[in-house]
Amino acid sequence: MTTHAFDEQREQRVVGIIAELKDKPGALLPILHGIQDSEGYIPESSVAMIAAELNLSRAEVHGVISFYHHFRTTPPGRHVMQVCVAEACQARGSRELESYAQEKLGVGFHQTTSDREITLEKVYCLGNCACGPSVRVDDDIVGRVSNARFDELVEELTTQTVELK
Amino acid sequence: MVKVFIPRDTTSLALGADKVAREFAVAAEQRGDSVEIVRNGSRGLFWLEPMLEVETPAGRVAYGPVTHADIDSLLEQGVLQGEQGHPLSLGLTEEIPYLKKQQRLTFARAGITDPVSLDDYQAHDGFKGLRNALQMDAQAIVDAVKASGLRGRGGAAFPTGIKWQTVLDAVPTDAVNGESGQKYIVCNADEGDSGTFADRMVMEADPYMLIEGMTIAGLAVGATQGYIYLRSEYPVAHQILNEAIAKAEAAGFLGNDILGSGRRFDLEVRLGAEAYICGEETSLLESLEGKRGLVRAKPPLPAIVGLFGQPTVVNNVLSLAAIPYILDKGPQAYADYGMGRSLGTLPFQLAGNIKQGGLIELAFGLTLRELMEDFGAGTFSGRPARAVQVGGPLGAYLPESQWDTPLDYEAFSAMGAVLGHGGVVVFDDTVDMSAQARFSMEFCVAESCGKCTPCRIGSTRGVEVIDRIRNNENREANLELLTDLCDTMIDGSLCAMGGMTPFPVMSAVKHFPEDFEPQTAEGGA
Repeated sequence: MTTHAFDEQREQRVVGIIAELKDKPGALLPILHGIQDSEGYIPESSVAMIAAELNLSRAEVHGVISFYHHFRTTPPGRHVMQVCVAEACQARGSRELESYAQEKLGVGFHQTTSDREITLEKVYCLGNCACGPSVRVDDDIVGRVSNARFDELVEELTTQTVELK
Repeated sequence: MVKVFIPRDTTSLALGADKVAREFAVAAEQRGDSVEIVRNGSRGLFWLEPMLEVETPAGRVAYGPVTHADIDSLLEQGVLQGEQGHPLSLGLTEEIPYLKKQQRLTFARAGITDPVSLDDYQAHDGFKGLRNALQMDAQAIVDAVKASGLRGRGGAAFPTGIKWQTVLDAVPTDAVNGESGQKYIVCNADEGDSGTFADRMVMEADPYMLIEGMTIAGLAVGATQGYIYLRSEYPVAHQILNEAIAKAEAAGFLGNDILGSGRRFDLEVRLGAEAYICGEETSLLESLEGKRGLVRAKPPLPAIVGLFGQPTVVNNVLSLAAIPYILDKGPQAYADYGMGRSLGTLPFQLAGNIKQGGLIELAFGLTLRELMEDFGAGTFSGRPARAVQVGGPLGAYLPESQWDTPLDYEAFSAMGAVLGHGGVVVFDDTVDMSAQARFSMEFCVAESCGKCTPCRIGSTRGVEVIDRIRNNENREANLELLTDLCDTMIDGSLCAMGGMTPFPVMSAVKHFPEDFEPQTAEGGA
């Protein structure tokens, strides 16, 4: 598929999401979630489209995107791993896990591995505070993540990809 | 057919419950055993998760923590007959001391029912409060909530009945020509405090209770639209809530004709986007309106000028979840629990470095030490506990000398601490309290909405000053500066974010001064 055709398809999906949600009261967050769920991030090109449909300025839309930690403006890797850095996980060793995760994947937080497999992020609290340290892998939350368990998780994610190919 | 319960809440799933459920079903089938697996919520005994329960004539018996590797041996040793020979046997669930010692009102159904089964909910007193409320006029519902003594469980402990009265009495600005105008019920489910999971447990174990509580709130103040503002970090709760709302609508518990009464209440879940500040009610309202979560100045109160400028009840999950009980059993039944002005029960959440972490619902009055020792059984690491943070990231760190304080709002406030949402995070003696103090400031840098200067700039300066203290640069002067900065943040911030960040910081300085001393060659604490 050419890049152009790909962009066009993506634009159609974004147009569809905006059209479906724009009449909700306070539609901007639902729209941004919809786009990120579908595309993995908020493409720059969608900002003007959202602004036009919601009668906002592009600056306002951009301001909302940048306010919330959740929204990304660059494509993530195939999987997103979020390490909980909140106090309850700190009490169970998440500070060590933070360093280990960066070392293991060879990237800093909010960066993606060079093979585009895994984006590493920080998150403040996943609500699994009695069984930390916790890590979110896409939509799954995993508890009591030791360094060895983190290795397993990475292993599972990367092996799975090989099977898919 | 034997009923087997395997939870589907976040913590159980995080510890492998899905795999246990799948493999248990396969293994039982291979053996020719007939089982029905119910995916219940958690009982809140998190160190035992995944906790598998089997229904027997004597009651439910529990086994845990179960991994997929235990399944064959469990089945061989007669788990389906409730045999108790297996090393993971815990006996009758209700007799487990951790559970038996609790007073469960809000969490009475948690882990017992299938969270999305309407039949199960109704078989366990569900929707009785709503049925009563439909027979009452609005003022009578508000009066019942006032009489119960319920105070907001989000942290500020404001009397819920008074808030509802304000919204009931307020007139929407779009009320014209005999139209009553729009009011809103907003549930604050942005449970951002580390160490708290009670809201999550309600939503994952008993979502209809929240739906019922919000519907009653709507009847009480004349609101027909409700929103649950849920944090995006809770994907499991999101899925379960949406499933429950769809079923409740289909069965006529929500929508334009609640139980044939002609009354209307619609409910929608809205997701946050990883912004701690959106747990502050005015910031939450801005976010629901589709804006950046900037804190609003109060007054006007959200009860008068709330969502989209209209009168709005903003209540925490636990406050709304307490409502069905009050309307079902009566306000006095609720007020009979608790002490002084802290009435009812408070679900404490025991977390961090603790052997037996979980949810503990009790009337107020237990001490922190009892909670940590009698329920928690000490630290997970086995090392001595050193500091306890109560009430989330804006709550003070308490040293051992304060652990005998009774857990009620007034006693905590008297020593400059907060109970907040009831989260208790235990640290062992490896904790570096100057690093914790630094984290509190760093957290405020990351999460400040940026509207007011003491919070936005103060937190950045706070990180720098703590770094200088940790590096032993001009220590005494910098400690004084830190105190001064904290005073400015407390007095000058618009909301609790900047106004309370100094609590954990200054409590660390005050109670753990040795951690701010220059590090010696042998290493400090």
